[in-house]
Amino acid sequence: MPLLDRNGNAEDRWTRSEGAGIGNIPAALVPWEVLVEALDTQEPAQVIGVLIPNNVPFAELAPFLPRLALVAIAFPAYADGRGFSLARLIKRAGFAGEIRASGPLIADQFAYALSCGFDTIELPEANAARQPVSRWLHARDSFSATYQRGYGESGRNVLDQRRAARAAAPIAAE
Amino acid sequence: MYRYDEFDERFVRERVAQFTDQVTRRLDGSLTEDEFKPLRLKNGVYLQLHAYMLRIAVPYGTLNSRQLRQLALIGERYDRGYGHFTTRQNLQFNWPKLRDVPEILGLLADVEMHCIQTSGNCIRNVTADHFAGVAQDEIEDPRPTAELIRQWSSAHPEFSYLPRKFKIAVTGAEADRAVIKAHDIGLRLRRHPDTHETCYEISVGGGLGRTPMIGKVVRDYLPKKDLLAYLEAIMRVYNLEGRRDNKYKARVKILVHEIGAEEFTRRVEAEFAQLDGPSINADPEEVARIAAYFAPPRYEVLPAVSNTLEAAKAANPAFARWVEVNTVPHKAPGYTALTISLKPAGQAPGDATSEQMRRVADLAERYSFDELRVTHAQNLVLPHVRQRDLYAIWQALGEAGLATANVGLVTDIISCPGLDYCALATARSIPIAQAIQSRFADEARQREIGPLGIKISGCINACGHHHVGHIGILGLEKRGIESYQITLGGDATENAAIGEILGPGLAAEEVPDAIERIIGVYLAARSEGESFIDNVRRIGLAPFKAAFQETARAAA
Repeated sequence: MPLLDRNGNAEDRWTRSEGAGIGNIPAALVPWEVLVEALDTQEPAQVIGVLIPNNVPFAELAPFLPRLALVAIAFPAYADGRGFSLARLIKRAGFAGEIRASGPLIADQFAYALSCGFDTIELPEANAARQPVSRWLHARDSFSATYQRGYGESGRNVLDQRRAARAAAPIAAE
Repeated sequence: MYRYDEFDERFVRERVAQFTDQVTRRLDGSLTEDEFKPLRLKNGVYLQLHAYMLRIAVPYGTLNSRQLRQLALIGERYDRGYGHFTTRQNLQFNWPKLRDVPEILGLLADVEMHCIQTSGNCIRNVTADHFAGVAQDEIEDPRPTAELIRQWSSAHPEFSYLPRKFKIAVTGAEADRAVIKAHDIGLRLRRHPDTHETCYEISVGGGLGRTPMIGKVVRDYLPKKDLLAYLEAIMRVYNLEGRRDNKYKARVKILVHEIGAEEFTRRVEAEFAQLDGPSINADPEEVARIAAYFAPPRYEVLPAVSNTLEAAKAANPAFARWVEVNTVPHKAPGYTALTISLKPAGQAPGDATSEQMRRVADLAERYSFDELRVTHAQNLVLPHVRQRDLYAIWQALGEAGLATANVGLVTDIISCPGLDYCALATARSIPIAQAIQSRFADEARQREIGPLGIKISGCINACGHHHVGHIGILGLEKRGIESYQITLGGDATENAAIGEILGPGLAAEEVPDAIERIIGVYLAARSEGESFIDNVRRIGLAPFKAAFQETARAAA
């Protein structure tokens, strides 16, 4: 399936494995249900990622994070926004691997997804076909700044920019 | 009032460009209708019964004259010369064309307005007390909080695809005029008894619709500085755990109900404890920057009572009655807050023509420091009027058909657009409102009855707030015939209560009789100075039910 990162088309180094038998796949993306089993057979040179439904409680996922290099969160429909909050929690826990949104997202969500901590978006073929990469890059830059602190690149939000402006010109406030 | 800075201006312009692009993509097919729908909703564009409807945000109900004139212009150029003020302090146009919407958005942006999040499963336009900044019972002005939330909730990366819509209301007064207990989140500014600092009392899980619930308090005293972090915690719990399997069970009230207020509070507090407040909250300078825009205007020093007003009242009883019914005391001596009723007999509640909007804009500019408000009861307010100017204002309003003296009375009916406009409606509401208005047209009789709130919804979604009407009317459809269910004892204030159903549904033409009988019970049973709702609370539902059943029997 087509994969995007912040800068456009990305190459997917992950191989999906339906069951726990990951053999010697170098980067194996396994379903949540078989994660424990797959980790049991992990070879030292292997990296493992997991595809989770968006209703997995973060507390159940958290213990596995140190052993994972990828967490892909399923978006069953683009308007089901649970994945955005899950990504935030995973990021907040200090997860350094890749966080991926997997499902029929639309380009208009690209900036939100990146701000919430997603690194990549994995799209079904049909959705990717209707939304060329240029569309995603355009949508990524729709807003020069939004109002929420703590999302996306630090300091880019409106509140921090206002604060910076105040610091630079304290007298101009009146 | 708040003025955009360069960031706000750019944000709204970028939003217009984004929506313009979305419309283009819908028209060229790169967005499917299913994909486009949530996007247009987030920008207030509904597909209604006859046409597209555009809902314009009036943040916390505050407007200036320039903005109202622009709305008048849009109504004339793109609609049929009028607009409809809603129970969420917004304005709706019922007949715009989709291709015109981007242009309308541009005109709105020219006057610092937008349609952002007036619909869709996101945090909606925040509402507040329409007497904010002027009410005598106010502890602190709720508008700075409402503006901070407006900004914070705009295009929120994490909370724009919620299980369902999410409404926040703020009040800073003792009396609740913002119906905060019927909101997903209700905020009330109050003083901490020990520290005397203003804090927020936070209620969650109120709402009307098919499962009406009164909000539960989850925090008694939240320090003001922690507001955004606390809201983030509530929203995250809801976004992750709110039901998505059934849209009728997806509001936060259902989550609060199913897991219990205590467990919900525990989860919110646990999440809040994980958050780094200083990196999320607005810093004090930012809060002060916003608050400065809401500083009181430069009032003249005036005596508490205006002799000019008293003389005019003595000379003109009709004027005196209008003053008595439509004005409330003001913080500043010699001033008053004036409510302009948009409920003249025979009109759709909340409708105003472009000409009327211009008239009100002129009056606001001349007599009310260029400020006006929209109320959730679908009226307009001139918040800072010198008492001595009331007579001139009354005359000017009268010429425009806007001097109805019925604020808070039986004909000041809240009503949704109903089946005449709305695609969701199961019954008409406006004609019911009109029938009741004409039944009680006699002004002396209205004053004799006193404060009484009738609220009408044309379907179970309850946009007309019928659950919290002293008398609520819900229009349903039974085997192809409109049927109206009457509830009694609802209350939208700090004593929030959900009304109880009196009996079987009635046909449209029976509704005025039923209202008449209910009011008859009250008039016979009331004690000196007792209002309708106080009377209902004191004597209970039984006598009203008995009278109601006579109506039902008479009709059968």
